[in-house]
Amino acid sequence: MAKIHVTTTINGEPTEFLCEPHHTMLDVLRDNLGLTGSKEGCGSGDCGACSITLDDRLVCSCLMLAAEAEGHEIETIEGMADGDKLHPLQQKFLEMAALQCGICTPGVLVAADALLKKNPNPSETEVRYWLAGNLCRCTGYDKIVRAVLETAAEMRGAAE
Amino acid sequence: MTEIQYVAPSTLDEAISAYAAADGAARILAGGTDLLVQMRSGMVKPGLIVDIKKIGEMSAIEELPDGGFRVGAAVSGAVLEEHPKFGKVWPGVLEGLNLIGSTQVQGRASAGGNLCNGSPAADSVPALVAAGAIANIKGPKGSRELPVENVPAGPGKTNLEPGEILVSFTFPARPKGSSDAYLRMIPRTEMDIAVVGCGVSLTMDGDTCTAARVSLGAVAPTVLLVEDAAKALIGSTLDDAALDKAAAACSAACNPIDDKRGTVAYRTKVAGVLLKRTAAIAADRAKGG
Repeated sequence: MAKIHVTTTINGEPTEFLCEPHHTMLDVLRDNLGLTGSKEGCGSGDCGACSITLDDRLVCSCLMLAAEAEGHEIETIEGMADGDKLHPLQQKFLEMAALQCGICTPGVLVAADALLKKNPNPSETEVRYWLAGNLCRCTGYDKIVRAVLETAAEMRGAAE
Repeated sequence: MTEIQYVAPSTLDEAISAYAAADGAARILAGGTDLLVQMRSGMVKPGLIVDIKKIGEMSAIEELPDGGFRVGAAVSGAVLEEHPKFGKVWPGVLEGLNLIGSTQVQGRASAGGNLCNGSPAADSVPALVAAGAIANIKGPKGSRELPVENVPAGPGKTNLEPGEILVSFTFPARPKGSSDAYLRMIPRTEMDIAVVGCGVSLTMDGDTCTAARVSLGAVAPTVLLVEDAAKALIGSTLDDAALDKAAAACSAACNPIDDKRGTVAYRTKVAGVLLKRTAAIAADRAKGG
C-alpha cells in the first residue's frame, strides 16, 4: 500500500511523516513521532484524552486522519511548557492536585488552554461545559475546574 | 484494515468524479466524527475516503444578497458559531449543531455530515428542517436542490443518488420578527443522544404568529416536518389552546422506537412538551427577547 507523505507543523516545528490512509493523527503522534503525551482513552471521541489543537481549534486526534494534517498547524501537550518552565495551568494543576492517575491530564490541559485563549474569564459553568468532553475517573472534576478558574484569574492578573 | 485510499481534492468536480468512480465503496470525509468511529468499529470499510474540506464552497459561509445564507456542508459547528451574523439570524440552527458531542467534536462535526450520517436523532437536522433549509446536491448527472426534510430516507440512509455529494445548505432570507430554537430531551446535561428533539422556526407580527415550521427528531425512522403542528401555531397568539393543539399534532406524528433511552409512550408525550417549550423560546427571540 502506498503510504501518504504529510508535511505539517507540530508545536511550531516543521514536521514530515509517512502514514497509512487509515491512520489517525493520534496513531502518528504516538507511534511515528514519539509524542506520547496525547493518550488513547477510547479511540471514539468520547473521552478527550487525545485532545490537540488543529489551527488553534480543539479537536480529538483520534477522530482525525493523520493525512488531514497536511498544511495545518498542530499543537500537542508537548508544546505547552516553555522548555523547563511549566505553563501556568500545568503549575496550578500540580499545586492544587488537579490530577491523580494523570491519564486524562494532557487532554484536560490542552482543552483548558484552548478555553483560556478564547475566553480568559470563564465562569465555572463555562469551564464545566467546555471540559465536558474530557473524562476523568479520579478527581471528580472539582479540583480540575478550580485549578482552571484559579489559573485564569492569575493569568488575568499577570496580564494587567 | 483493507486497502484504503485517501484523496483530498480541491475542486468539487474532482471529488464527484472520484466518489462516483468508486461505485459505492467510497465515503465522504467532512468532520469525520462519525466516519472514523464507524471505521474503527468495522461497521464501514471504505475503499476510498474523499476528504472534502479543501473544497472552497463546502467550507465557506456566504451571506446572500437577499439576506439568506449559504453554508458549506463541511463547516463545523465551532466555525459557524464564530460567524458574526449567522447565529443572530438562526440561533436555533446553531444551538442544534452545537449540542452535538463535546467541544472537541464541535470543532470538527458538520451539519452536512450530521444529515448524511442519517441518524433519526441527529441534533442539527430538526432545526435545519424547521428553518426550511435547502440541501444543494451535486453528482455525476448535475446539480439539484432538495428540502432538508427530504434528504433522510431511514436510519443510516439518505435519498442522495449514487455518486451525489451534499455541497451546502441554503437558508432563506427571514422577514422581520423571525427566529428559531431547538430543544432536545436527554437524561444527562451534556454529551448524549436525543430522546426527542424539536426544532421550531417562526415569524411573529406583534403577538401573532404569522409563519411557522415545526420539526421533530428521534421519534420516527427519519426526522419529521410536522405541518399540522405549524398550522396550529400560525394565526394564533401562541395561547394555550394553540399550543395544546400543536403539541397534540406533534405527539400524533410520533412513530418512535422503544429502547433504553425512552419508551414509545415517553417519547410521544415529551414531543408535545418540547414543542411548547421550543415554540416559547423561538417566539421570545422573535420578539427581540
